[in-house]
Amino acid sequence: MLVHSSKARAAVWAGFLLLLLPLFALPFAVILAASFATTWSGALPSGPTLTHYQDIARGDSLDALVTSALTALAASLLALTAGTWAALAAQRLGGRGKKVIDTLFMLPVAVPSVAVGLSLLVAFSQPPLLLNGTRQIVVIAHTVLVTAFAHQSVSAALDRLDPAYEQSAAALGARPAYVLRRVKLPLLLPSLTAATGLCFALSMGELSATMMLYPPDWLPLPVQIFATTDRGALFSGAALAVVLMAATLIVLFGVSRIRTRASYR
Amino acid sequence: MASVTQRARLGVPRAPRARTLPRFLWALPPVAALGLVFLHPLVLLVRQSFTPDEGGPATAAYAEVLAAASFQDALVNTVFIAAGATAGCLALGFALALVVAFVPFPGARALGRFIDIFLAFPSFLITLALLFVYGTTGVANGVWTAATGAASGPLDFLHTPWGVLLAEITYFTPFVMRPLLAAFSQVETGQLEAAASLGARPWRIVRTVILPEALPSLAAGGALVLVMCLNEFGIVLFTGAKDVVTLPVLVYTKAILDGDYTGACVVAVVNIALSVALYAGYRALVARTGRKGGAPRARTQQ
Repeated sequence: MLVHSSKARAAVWAGFLLLLLPLFALPFAVILAASFATTWSGALPSGPTLTHYQDIARGDSLDALVTSALTALAASLLALTAGTWAALAAQRLGGRGKKVIDTLFMLPVAVPSVAVGLSLLVAFSQPPLLLNGTRQIVVIAHTVLVTAFAHQSVSAALDRLDPAYEQSAAALGARPAYVLRRVKLPLLLPSLTAATGLCFALSMGELSATMMLYPPDWLPLPVQIFATTDRGALFSGAALAVVLMAATLIVLFGVSRIRTRASYR
Repeated sequence: MASVTQRARLGVPRAPRARTLPRFLWALPPVAALGLVFLHPLVLLVRQSFTPDEGGPATAAYAEVLAAASFQDALVNTVFIAAGATAGCLALGFALALVVAFVPFPGARALGRFIDIFLAFPSFLITLALLFVYGTTGVANGVWTAATGAASGPLDFLHTPWGVLLAEITYFTPFVMRPLLAAFSQVETGQLEAAASLGARPWRIVRTVILPEALPSLAAGGALVLVMCLNEFGIVLFTGAKDVVTLPVLVYTKAILDGDYTGACVVAVVNIALSVALYAGYRALVARTGRKGGAPRARTQQ
């Protein structure tokens, strides 16, 4: 407790809320309010309507939502597999090998997403792999971008894992594959589900690399939001953004429910 | 491990290799996959930047792009926005984290969860929201015109670098707050109480007790935000401003709108070099703070 007098504390809190609310809470409230409005040229939006949501239910936007969800599902599962495998292999290697693998798998965070997209465009526009203009290239890009986060959270969890469990299992004669399947992975389950949720959320919102790569028949939601707001339909764009946020939140909360159930085991 | 070395020392023949694969073989599949979809494409990107379309020396594209005013403007814009946003995030993040950690209030835990969710949302939502708040027909200008009767409001900065700066500070501040909150949880409250009972005022406690403790995390958070700002694309794209061009936007414009792959690759190489160099610095900082902060945490867990 840094500030002792209750008056000063109240002042600090007031200043805190004054900074926090406009900066962080207002954006989401504003988007939510705008999605139900037709005009907004005063303190409050006007012309309450549900048309933006009805349009979404009818038009291409539903396809965009499904596209985004499928891409995110594929990318997060692939990223989870690759990231977990790499984290486990790195831990077994230890020492310099672990450092090299960790660095390699964290590298996509440092490289600009736009450059990741461009590099895939350059690499897969020429034989032997011609993927330019396919759906797979979008999934590949998302996987590359989110694998780093899966790898990071799984290897952090591995570092925290008490080695006594696997050592006692091994001492009792369990083979490495059995130890991995029955001891390590169950213990890692909470962080695996959390990593999946994070990867899914990040992939749902990915715009930079997607803008470089998306084919006309595979239009993810963020691209659709950009196309909508870019032609001036800000309120429809807000409704789409609300759908994106809601879908992300549902998945995050669903995943955190699995996590709390798993942590009882 | 121990049994193998013991056997080797005792001169016992090694177990046949076929049954236990060498460890590095297990690391090969994920690394090969990463190589196929990430490392090899990056190599091809660099190679493409050295193969100009019109022939000539390998560095012809570099000479052309680096001399262009559009590239120089983009570089200055990128560095200015990234540095400004980082400074803003550090100041704001430090102040907010200080209140959350040391002037606790009901709901501080919920705030931590909110920050985690905030970080999972895409950045362009912030720009979209700012369009409704500060846009030419947004809330702020609407209130102004209603109050004064003027034809248009005074706020028209969203399409300038300042709009991008505001959006980036809003979006990236939580990235500074998270490591800071972790560092603040390591500060012993006893130290603060002792300083306070000896008569130190809050500001002095912050400066002489808390700040030195938080400095490594502050540096690490700042470096991370700097890298992310250098790479930020969605926020700038959504402002829709023609005159705010950053390096990622220039890569996109050149590759997709102009079809000039080689030029785009040159800009991308510059952007990658900047970001990766900074990111290496960030990792070094985190490694140092991790060693310093890791020991006491491990002790309290036991």
